[in-house]
Amino acid sequence: MAKRIEASGISAYYGAFKAIEDINMVIEPKSVTALIGPSGCGKSTFLRSINRMHEVLPGARVEGKLTLDSQDLYGRDVDVTAVRRLIGMVFQRPNPFPTMSIYDNVVSGLRLNGVRRKSMLDTACEKALRSANLWNEVHTRLSRPGAGLSGGQQQRLCIARAIAVEPQVVLMDEPCSALDPISTLAIEDLISELKNQYTIVIVTHNMQQAARVSDRTAFFSIDKTGDPGRLIEYDETNKIFTNPSVKRTEDYITGRFG
Amino acid sequence: MSQSPIAGPAETAPVTAGLAAPTDLGPTGPLGGGGGLPSRRRFGRESLFRWFTTASGAVVLVVIVAIAIFLIAKAVPALRADKANFLTYKDWFPDDPTNPKFGIAALALGTVEASVLALLLAVPVALGIALCLTHYAHRRVASALGFVIDLLAAVPSIVFGLWGRDYFYKPVQDFSAWLHRYFGWIPLFGSGGPYGKSVLLGSAVLAIMILPIITSLSSEVFRQTPKMNEEAALALGATKWEMIRMAVLPYGRPGLIASVMLGLGRALGETIALALTLGATYTFSIDLIENGGNSIAANIANKFGEASETGRGALIASGLVLFAITLVVNMIARLIVYRRREFIGSAA
Repeated sequence: MAKRIEASGISAYYGAFKAIEDINMVIEPKSVTALIGPSGCGKSTFLRSINRMHEVLPGARVEGKLTLDSQDLYGRDVDVTAVRRLIGMVFQRPNPFPTMSIYDNVVSGLRLNGVRRKSMLDTACEKALRSANLWNEVHTRLSRPGAGLSGGQQQRLCIARAIAVEPQVVLMDEPCSALDPISTLAIEDLISELKNQYTIVIVTHNMQQAARVSDRTAFFSIDKTGDPGRLIEYDETNKIFTNPSVKRTEDYITGRFG
Repeated sequence: MSQSPIAGPAETAPVTAGLAAPTDLGPTGPLGGGGGLPSRRRFGRESLFRWFTTASGAVVLVVIVAIAIFLIAKAVPALRADKANFLTYKDWFPDDPTNPKFGIAALALGTVEASVLALLLAVPVALGIALCLTHYAHRRVASALGFVIDLLAAVPSIVFGLWGRDYFYKPVQDFSAWLHRYFGWIPLFGSGGPYGKSVLLGSAVLAIMILPIITSLSSEVFRQTPKMNEEAALALGATKWEMIRMAVLPYGRPGLIASVMLGLGRALGETIALALTLGATYTFSIDLIENGGNSIAANIANKFGEASETGRGALIASGLVLFAITLVVNMIARLIVYRRREFIGSAA
C-alpha cells in the first residue's frame, strides 16, 4: 500500500515565475521523507506538485517527470482526481469541512469514491480514526461537527480523512505549524506509526521535527529572492543533521543562514 | 493589575500611588509615557456621536410606529364596513356604497403563487450564473458577466413591466401552447387558450427581475468559501462539481437561503411589473397559463387611483396582509439559518 515516488527534472511555475527548478529525487516507500529549507524555497510547491494540487491555482503549471511506481502522474490521459485519490494530503491549517460531522468528514473521501453502504463506511471510519489516534476521543460524538474539536484533534481528523481512502502516499504540508507542542507530539507519534503503511512526505520548518520523524531529509534553498528553489542536498536524516556534505546545508541547520 | 489602566475607563482603573491621575491634561497632553492618565472627557466628540447614533435608532422606531398607526387607523374602518369575510372572500368590491364586499384570499394566494413560481424559475439560473462567475468563468469573462448582471438590476421595474406586456408575452404565449399540448393533463397547464396575461408571464418577468439580486448575493457567498476547504475537497480527489457540492454549497447554505429570501421578498412586494403583466382577476387558479393572476401589490397599484374612502382602507388592509406574509417568510428564513448555526458558527 505504499509506493515509490520518482521525480526527475521537476520545475514548477506560477505564471511566469519559476518557483522550483530541476528537482530530482526518489522518495522511498514506507518511510518518512522531510522537506526542509527557508521560506520561499519551493518545498511546499514541490510537495503540491506531487499530488497535482499545484496546478489548482490559476496560471500554475509543472514541467518534468513524476512517477509513482513507474506510473506517470503527469501523463497525457491521466485523470487528475485519480492521482489525488492515490496521494492524500494534510494541510498546514486543519481544514475539516465545517458543515460536516466528524463521521462525515472521515468518510467524505470514500463517498467521493462511490462507497454508499453504511456498514462499509462505519468500518472504514472507525479504522481511520483509530489509525489517527483519535477514536478514543471522539467515538461517542461522531455526529458532532468536526470543526468543534480542538486544533490538534482537527488535524488528526484531517489525517483520518486522508487515510480513510487508503492512499499510497500521504503528503503533509507543515501539519504541526498551527498546533501547540502537545498536539504536535501526538501528530509526530502518529507519523511514526503511519510510515509502516504509507509513504509519507512532510514539509516542516521545524528542524527538530524533521530530525525526530524522518528517515531521509531533503534540503531546499534559493540563491536570492526571485530565484527558483533548488534541491541542495538529499540524504539520510542522520547524515544531514550530523555530517552534511554541502556547506549550505550545514549553515542552514546550524542556524547560520536562514 | 488585570487590565491596562490605559485601556480601561479611568473610573474603574485602580489608582495606585504612582499612577494617580492629574486633573486634566487635555488633548495636548502627553499621549504615552507622559506624566499620567488624562481624565475621561465627558462632552467631547465621543458623546456627541453616541447621541447621534441613539437618535438615529430612535428615528427608525418612530417612523415604524407612525406607519403602523396610520395603516391600522385606515384599515380598521374599511374592515368594519366589509360585508364579506376579509380572509376568505375572493372578490374585491369595496367601493359599493351600500354593500361593500371584499376579501384577500385570491390576492394573497395569487401573490404567493406568482412569487414562488418566480423563485423556482430564477433560483437555479441565478445559482448557475453565480457558480459560473466564481468558479468556472475566466476572470475577464466573469467581470463582464457580473457587469451585465448589475445592469439588469438597474432596469426600472416599469420597464420590465412594459417589456413583458408588449413584447415578452408572445414567446410566453407560444410556450404556453406548447406546455398545454404536451402537458395539458397536468392541471397547471390546463387552459387551452387563448393566452394573454397569465401567472406564467408575470412570474417569468418577476424571475428576470429577481435574478440579479440572487445572483450577486449568492456569488458573494460563494466567494467567501475558505480556500482551504476547497483544497481539502480537491485533495481528496473531488472533481470541480464534487468540490462545489462538498465545500462551497454547504458552507454557503445560510447565505444562499438569505439571498433567496431577499429575492422572494422583492418578488412579494413587486408592484408595477405585475400590475402590467398579470390578468388582474379575483379568482385564484392553479392554472398557470390561463388568463388571470393577481397580486396584493399589483392590485393596490391598479385600484388605488379610483378607490373611495372604504376602497383605500381595504387596499391598506391588503397591504398589511402582504406585510404579514413577508414577515412570516423572513422568520422562516431566519429559523433555517439559525438551525445550521452550530455547524457554521464553529467553523471560524
